[in-house]
Amino acid sequence: MDKFGYTISKGRQIDYDSNDRRIAEYIYEREPSFRLCIECGGCSATCTTGNFTRFSLRELNILIKRGENEKVRQNIRKCMLCGKCILVCPRGVNTRNVVVLARQAFQKSDDYAV
Amino acid sequence: MQFDPFVIPFNIGLYFIITYVVVRCIIWFRDLSRPDKLRLQRGFFGKPFGESLKEIFLESLIHRKILKSNLRLGYMHMSLAFGWFLLIFFGTVEADVFGDHHLNAPYKAIFFRFFNPDHGRTGFESAYGFLMDLILAFILSGLLLAVTKRFYSRVVGMKKTTKLKITDRIALTSLWMIFPSRLLAESFTSGAYGNGSFMTGSLGAWFSTFLPVRELAYPFWWLYSLSLGTFFVLLPLTRYMHIPTELFLIFMRNSGIRTGDKPGTYSEVQTYSCSSCGICIDACQMSFAAGINTMQSAYLLKAIRKNDDVSHMAQNCLMCGRCDQKCPVGIELSPIRMIQRRMEDSENDFRTVYKGYFRSQQRPEPVKPVMPPSFGFIPEAEPKKVDVVYFAGCMSHLTPGIKNSMVKILNASGLSYSFIDEAGGICCGRPMMLAGLDREARELINLNSQLIWKTGARTLVTSCPICYKVFKESYYLDVEVLHHSQFIGNLIRENTVKFNFLRKRVVFHTPCELGRGSGVYDEPKEVLSHIAKLEKSKFEDQNSLCCGGSLGNLKIDSRDRIRIATQTAAELTKGDPDILATACPLCKKTLSAVTGTRVADIAEIAAEALVIPRQQRNIAKQIRIIKELADIS
Amino acid sequence: MNKHVIVIGAGVAGLEAAGQLSRAGIDVSLIEREKMTGGHLNDWFKLFPDRRDSREVKDYLEKFTNNDGIKLLAGIEIEKIINGRGGVKVTTSEGKELIADALIVATGFDLFRSSRKEEYGYEIYDNVYTSADLEKMFRKGKISLHNGKSPETIGIVHCVGSRDEKVGNLYCSKLCCVTAVKQAIEIREHLPESKVFCFYMDMRMGGAMYEELYREAQEKWGVNFIRGKVSEAGEDINNKVIIKVEDTLAGRPLKMELDMLVLMAGMEMSEGGRKIAGLAGLNAGENRFFAVTDQHYGSNRSSVKGIFFAGTCTAPMNITETISHSRAAATEVISYLNNK
Ligand code: SF4
Ligand code: SF4
Ligand code: SF4
Ligand code: SF4
Ligand code: SF4
Repeated sequence: MDKFGYTISKGRQIDYDSNDRRIAEYIYEREPSFRLCIECGGCSATCTTGNFTRFSLRELNILIKRGENEKVRQNIRKCMLCGKCILVCPRGVNTRNVVVLARQAFQKSDDYAV
Repeated sequence: MQFDPFVIPFNIGLYFIITYVVVRCIIWFRDLSRPDKLRLQRGFFGKPFGESLKEIFLESLIHRKILKSNLRLGYMHMSLAFGWFLLIFFGTVEADVFGDHHLNAPYKAIFFRFFNPDHGRTGFESAYGFLMDLILAFILSGLLLAVTKRFYSRVVGMKKTTKLKITDRIALTSLWMIFPSRLLAESFTSGAYGNGSFMTGSLGAWFSTFLPVRELAYPFWWLYSLSLGTFFVLLPLTRYMHIPTELFLIFMRNSGIRTGDKPGTYSEVQTYSCSSCGICIDACQMSFAAGINTMQSAYLLKAIRKNDDVSHMAQNCLMCGRCDQKCPVGIELSPIRMIQRRMEDSENDFRTVYKGYFRSQQRPEPVKPVMPPSFGFIPEAEPKKVDVVYFAGCMSHLTPGIKNSMVKILNASGLSYSFIDEAGGICCGRPMMLAGLDREARELINLNSQLIWKTGARTLVTSCPICYKVFKESYYLDVEVLHHSQFIGNLIRENTVKFNFLRKRVVFHTPCELGRGSGVYDEPKEVLSHIAKLEKSKFEDQNSLCCGGSLGNLKIDSRDRIRIATQTAAELTKGDPDILATACPLCKKTLSAVTGTRVADIAEIAAEALVIPRQQRNIAKQIRIIKELADIS
Repeated sequence: MNKHVIVIGAGVAGLEAAGQLSRAGIDVSLIEREKMTGGHLNDWFKLFPDRRDSREVKDYLEKFTNNDGIKLLAGIEIEKIINGRGGVKVTTSEGKELIADALIVATGFDLFRSSRKEEYGYEIYDNVYTSADLEKMFRKGKISLHNGKSPETIGIVHCVGSRDEKVGNLYCSKLCCVTAVKQAIEIREHLPESKVFCFYMDMRMGGAMYEELYREAQEKWGVNFIRGKVSEAGEDINNKVIIKVEDTLAGRPLKMELDMLVLMAGMEMSEGGRKIAGLAGLNAGENRFFAVTDQHYGSNRSSVKGIFFAGTCTAPMNITETISHSRAAATEVISYLNNK
């Protein structure tokens, strides 16, 4: 029946406590430079893939860190590994390896196996 | 019939190893693909046979290539291999000529002096004995170097010798004992009989003054035989298996068999042909510039042989190809590495490993599931029809100096061209390929192929050597693929465009993918010497350095990249040139970040030297006037 | 006999330090490689945050140093520095030898050479300028493009050559954010019809009255601030500059056509400073500026006895900080000489 009062929609907030941040941990461990990202957007501005479709490595980086994995899983394979972002990143993040590791992590974790 | 029980260990060892090697070769042959089998058959019964023999003589015995790159290391290898060969050869002849009858069992030759202790007193016999002593001395000198190298690895110029496992250690010890025990056994026998040549004879005479040589000789003959037997039996378990394997490799290579992109017999044989000489380690900038000594080809091959997880190691390499060039065994190291990279993305690739004496096939983890296409979002394009397509490449968009220069040059050439990725294109596919993701690379290749095909162009010019290599090797396109340095070279040769001579001293850095990767060495240098004063550096052509920016390495830290780049730039600018020239946007970006010397692409230098035809200058002026008029109105 | 101190560099730091020393009765030789004193002050028109004319500060410094106790040697290079027991011996390019009791290094900074960030197209595209170029235009009173026209849309790129691992400068230059804001306001003053966009990664407005200036830029001058690092610039056939950036707060890439692009070049250890470092055996820190003995209480001291630092040769500083730092250097030198 009708509910009264407000319900809090689940997608409203990042549920940091219960989100699965194993993908982030997997990448941190193997590519420490992933921690250096300051979300400047240089990579996504220059991105070859981003020229054609909505794809932002910057966004995926922060989503991984917050454990909001679903969007990452759907998009990470769009990266062409062209390496432009490496040349742009002011923080020296090894972006290509982040992408490769994220792909691997999804493949390895059962929850995300395609 | 002369016989003594002490020859038994030697005999067991010898017949075992011969049988083992023959069986292994048969299995290898069985596993070859059909065309490769045919190649090998044709190679074995044809002209390549002679070449193989020659190569075996030059490389497996004399070790010419190692000698060239490192004299002392080469001498060490040569004295052991060639010396031992001579010893066996002349020993057999000796046994045949002086023994009690012809066609002896091999042990008669090896232990000749034991069975003919009284031999060597007449003139000719003693001269022959002198020869045999000389050969033994030759081997022992090399052995001495080898032993010193193990303990003071600096002596032969190598920085690091590879680390050993326990069976290797035993085999190595037995190998080291072979010749000293022969020396002692022969000396004691000579001492007892009062004969022998300059080394065994004098040593024997001296020993006999204070040792019971007659009693000592026999146990040392045993030791000699045991060392030989142990070495032969352990051989398949150790890296010394590279000795027989290399022979097979030489036959295969000379028959025209190549590594290809899948694992198979040839890559397996190569993996087991590595002598762990370490030359690839010395050649590697990851080692001498960045101080990383874990991933070089010698280590990779070893890890593959041990069935270790090599995924990180395989990816942690610049793919510069310097080690390929230097490996004295001629192992195709980069293709082997690429196979390892690809394995992670493939369901049906196996890795061959030997457990003890037996061979087994293993599937490395993880295997990725087949995925739907990744790049379905790329729209179809309708390019205009032209003769020449210019594809700058992703990286060139970060070096506007290069693409602007190319536009200038293309305009001056008067050709009908289109700058196909002016507003940004898709990646050529090589970076994906380098990451071992071939299927997705193929997708990109198909997309680009369609686009280029639609232009109807006959020539494809690219500014990026990474693109160049993949266009050339992996695209099925009916166009002439040119790197811009080749394109400019053609313009100069055909005299379509004129260039001034710039009074500037230029040093050229050959990009890895252009030079070692695609074999383009001379054309860029011809262009440069046409338009400026080209000077030589210590690192030319095959020996050129990697800038450190390579996309081949997925794992390297940015700080290590900078270390490599800094050293490369420092080496190349030693002569204080006006310009450090290169022919790659990535090299340009990487090097210009670490040197005060001006770094410029060959296209930029050419554009600077360009003589703009009078007509065009007028057109440019008219366009400007028209534009200004339009602005006013 | 009077004590004698050599000051290398006659920019803000060198002038202030020399003035303070001579006021304390110490003889000063002030050596400057350029013909003119004032250093970077000469290149700047108005100063943040209050936008006074830089000449006023220069006038103060010149008056302060215009006395007999200070001997100015301008247009002179230093060839040799020997630090012995008798003091510091400096040989100049004219072959003169100066002996002093102490040495203050005030070699300042160089502006980052913006052509090193090739992707921004400085010296390649017609309408890409640096902050220093813009100051020259302000001084002339006219902001104009390559073709002489006035720009209508102007983009300002922050952090060019600072906070960028790719050029080897990991540090923040501290001044370019506020310079960008100041210049944005000045552009709007000159060209009321124009639109100005600042592209930043972080707004670092940490100085006195900086944040207020930032608010003024937004409120009074309508300057637009977009958070995102510009990755590259291109040029179209009309000589417009096309930039690529992600508007990270909106989460979408943003493409913009600009008439003019201005690069906020950062500060780097000066080439002159590197030369002095070599001559005097002074160490550079990780950021390549001179290494001081202690970040908190030794920011004027070098590891070499008798040699002190003043100003931006040790770290990026604004003028206020530079003057304070130079006064501190003078105090350090005076107490060093008294205890010698
Ligand atoms: S490597 Fe991937 S994320 Fe980076 S620029 Fe290329 S396509 Fe974009
Ligand atoms: S360019 Fe580097 S720092 Fe900026 S968002 Fe991308 S990964 Fe992060
Ligand atoms: S790969 Fe070649 S160069 Fe390297 S250790 Fe083996 S044989 Fe020597
Ligand atoms: S390809 Fe280059 S980086 Fe890789 S192992 Fe060989 S020499 Fe080293
Ligand atoms: S002050 Fe601002 S513009 Fe300058 S480096 Fe720091 S953050 Fe970048």
